[in-house]
Amino acid sequence: MLSIRPRGSLVAVLLSSMLLVAHAQTDGVATATAAPAAPAAFSNEAPRANSDPALEKRVMSVSAELRCLVCQNQTIADSNAELAVDLRNQVRDMLREGQDERQVLDYMTARYGDFVLYRPPLKSTTVLLWFGPALLLVGGVGTLWFILYRRSRLAPEAFDPDLEADLPDDELPAPAAPVSLKKNLHDAQQRSA
Amino acid sequence: MKQLHVLLPLTLFGVVLAFLGIGLTLNPAEVPSPLIGKPAPAFALPRLDDPSKQLTRDELVGQPWVLNVWASWCGPCRTEHPLVIDIARRSGVAVFGLNYKDQPAAARAWLASLGDPYRATLVDADGGVGIDYGVYGVPETFLIDRRGVVRMKHVGPLTPEVVREKVEPLLAQLKAEV
Repeated sequence: MLSIRPRGSLVAVLLSSMLLVAHAQTDGVATATAAPAAPAAFSNEAPRANSDPALEKRVMSVSAELRCLVCQNQTIADSNAELAVDLRNQVRDMLREGQDERQVLDYMTARYGDFVLYRPPLKSTTVLLWFGPALLLVGGVGTLWFILYRRSRLAPEAFDPDLEADLPDDELPAPAAPVSLKKNLHDAQQRSA
Repeated sequence: MKQLHVLLPLTLFGVVLAFLGIGLTLNPAEVPSPLIGKPAPAFALPRLDDPSKQLTRDELVGQPWVLNVWASWCGPCRTEHPLVIDIARRSGVAVFGLNYKDQPAAARAWLASLGDPYRATLVDADGGVGIDYGVYGVPETFLIDRRGVVRMKHVGPLTPEVVREKVEPLLAQLKAEV
């Protein structure tokens, strides 16, 4: 961190303050929604010891597609929030009853909306989400190509360094630093002498 | 051409600023409910005051009602409770409680000390009905019309502003609907 140049650290400060603002805004409801330790009798996940590994693997693979709504940036496979445990149990029950992955995802979407899906469906409201990045890439490459193309058609003279006579007065290059430094030093020495 | 060099970055900056402005003021904890405009999910749950009696969703259909999801372990529920009492008293609409993953004794004590605005409180001990209603944080409040359709959902504690600007106008409208 310490070796970051001043400009870099300014950007870092800006970015981190944005993150802080965003985080502060989620905090209000997050504290309201996080379920505190509820009675132990209700929070038990179904015992795993006697369950079969194949089912457990499917439960985890479906759970990894579903967002935990309490913690939001975790899947219900990763989270140990109480709701995530409940939803994992629900997934397990549904798979055990012979329902397939699609049915489980539909069940969750009907209750919690598309937001639970880590891979949002492609529809009119998510077009920008899906194709926005590609659009930006095409735009960026297009702009780059346009600039390079224009430059390639310029006459060679366009790349000559500017002559001082071409510049208006206020854009004249400043005198080289070493000269003025030397002069300052010289003046100082004369003064102290 | 010179103007473009000034205007283009400015425009891009404006666009980025607009996106950030929208993105940073959205509340990511507020997930739009897919239940709005859909029939309230069915349930048959024991009553908190008398667990031997059950109450079903179909018994409630026929007039507008409010479903308030709460638990005695939930701090913000305590904060919003006076507002729930207020809604029940002033609007004249039946308010039902859904006691979510709680212990009945603790829930009864909670109501005894804070006041009981509920026409009836339903016991959702394992949170199954909570899942059907897409509950992911307590408290949550649902407004349901006389045909049994969910019309509004509020996640998190009610605030005086939400009650004044959203809940009360919608309740008045739901009462007026035939």
